[in-house]
Amino acid sequence: MTTTPTVPAATAKKRRAAKPGPASEAKAKLSSPWASLAAVVIAVLWTIPTLGLLISSFRPEADVKNSGWWTWFTNPSFTLSNYDAVLNGSNTKLSTYFVNTIVITIPSVIIPITLATLAAYAFAWMKFPGRDTLFVAVFAMQIVPIQVTMIPLLRLYVNPPFGLPQLAGANAPGGGFYTIWLSHSIFALPLAIYLLHNFMSQIPGELIESARVDGAGHVQIFTRIMLPLMTPAIAAFGIFQFLWVWNDLLVALVFGGGSLDVSPLTVRLAELSGTRDSEWHLLSAGAFVSLIVPLIVFLSLQRYFVRGLLAGSVKG
Amino acid sequence: MSTPDKFLQLVIVVALFVGVMVLILTLAQLARTKRGELLQSAAFLLPAVLMIAMGLLYPALRTVYLSFRNAGSTAFIGFDNYQTIFTNSDQLNILRNTALWVILTPVLATGIGLVYAILIDRSRFEKFAKALIFLPMALSLVGASLIWKFVYDYRDSTQTQIGLLNEILKVLGLDTYRFLLTEPWNNLFLIVIMIWVQAGFAMTVLSAAIKAIPDDIVEAARLDGVGGMKMFRFITVPSIRPSLIVVVTTISITTLKVFDIVRTSTGGNFNTSVLAYEFYVQSFRSFNFGLGAALGTLIFVLVMPIVIYNVRQMRKLEAR
Repeated sequence: MTTTPTVPAATAKKRRAAKPGPASEAKAKLSSPWASLAAVVIAVLWTIPTLGLLISSFRPEADVKNSGWWTWFTNPSFTLSNYDAVLNGSNTKLSTYFVNTIVITIPSVIIPITLATLAAYAFAWMKFPGRDTLFVAVFAMQIVPIQVTMIPLLRLYVNPPFGLPQLAGANAPGGGFYTIWLSHSIFALPLAIYLLHNFMSQIPGELIESARVDGAGHVQIFTRIMLPLMTPAIAAFGIFQFLWVWNDLLVALVFGGGSLDVSPLTVRLAELSGTRDSEWHLLSAGAFVSLIVPLIVFLSLQRYFVRGLLAGSVKG
Repeated sequence: MSTPDKFLQLVIVVALFVGVMVLILTLAQLARTKRGELLQSAAFLLPAVLMIAMGLLYPALRTVYLSFRNAGSTAFIGFDNYQTIFTNSDQLNILRNTALWVILTPVLATGIGLVYAILIDRSRFEKFAKALIFLPMALSLVGASLIWKFVYDYRDSTQTQIGLLNEILKVLGLDTYRFLLTEPWNNLFLIVIMIWVQAGFAMTVLSAAIKAIPDDIVEAARLDGVGGMKMFRFITVPSIRPSLIVVVTTISITTLKVFDIVRTSTGGNFNTSVLAYEFYVQSFRSFNFGLGAALGTLIFVLVMPIVIYNVRQMRKLEAR
């Protein structure tokens, strides 16, 4: 929802790039060397834990278990065997879970964004009775924490009403992925509709009106005019939703029904971490396998990423 | 299921979805007269609205109802579940832990984020410095907990350490410490993980707010001889107050629902459980649906005012 603060920031930067701002003023008076030192200390503190994990993941098993990762600087060693064991080893086989994460994530991003874009269009540009009331109701659904919905939702999947097919259980279609896909899609909708509606209602109304006068239906206006204009907003929310689903643990645990067949990486890693006498070398490589995709997304799409994350920060 | 099977399921569901959407939109296209407006609206809206009604509204109401029923949802028991939450000593511990999380995380994460945003503002390495702090935000909380497992690992003082903090203690000549096991301080060490993740969020929003402070205000203050800490206290902080509130409330909401860190780091043992984790345990481990629903409802009730306040502040921020 805070997509806007980034916008004035960008313009402000252009406006007064040369002049010092209030912050640098404060910083200057804080005597610069100390300020720089403090910044460096925070940056180092924030980076060291991740660095430790990265280094550990490339060290041989015996080294990881018997000495700290910092000894690597004086006694360097390098191996890819942890990654090999983690991805292909018979009892970890993270590659399977990696596949599960991908299979879970793609529909869980496509479905809610499509439905939300359509609904946002209807709320912004269509006329029907009760529109504003319904929009407020959808908007209000954002306050529902996903925990509150879980017990009844799971029962709906197991005992669906109106003779609908059962989505959970041994004979579930799609091996049980449908419950996870559907849950992620549902949980994403209120926020997605709200954000996309905000963006869509800023598009000038004359554009839609003139198209209507020319005899275009809403479907044509939506696909030909709206979608191209909406691309940045859809991308921002898409990235946020992608990371949310990729990093999720709770939804997969509850709606995956503990079946390892459909469990994502996060579930498997949490399980590995819980076992006694931790397999440190596997944990480090495994954690890095799960981090690598968000990391790539973060580094390559940082601008969209920050926007999307700010926008969706109250979700969940 | 084999990997090709899974990808097949993926293709099927996407094709199914695209097929249904194309069908709906084609039908809506046929009704494109002014009179068909209602039909077109229904085509655009109904899929999303039905999913929200079935998947959010109905379950939320149902959970509130279940919270007044017993473990197997067979009988009405009034406020007994809530009484358990507020009298049982285990549950009280959980409430205390949750309070600790919700107070410490937003305050410290925002504080660190603000200080850092000011320190690196307009420095040569600003972009890089920001990326370093922001990075944890991109990782899963499970991944973050694993990263910190390597920091907190405990071994006896006589052994070689593989946990960084205990190595530091050892170098300083102190005894090694069970960071995740020693009650009640282990809660603080779990909270540190959350602060580590959330500080980047605070830093990003506040940095944008700082850059948006108008020049003339700063200029006028400087001409009046205001500088240093005074500038920070009387100009910077008041100017970014709305953003500060949004950051603090947003982090509070996220923290109230924290689950992954507790589950991955300690499994809720050693008195580290929090509301959202206890909800999971009661609902899906102990199958005490009544107590689980009551815990879920309690999260709902606690989150609601913060979300409403947060949204109002955000709208104010957007209106400026």
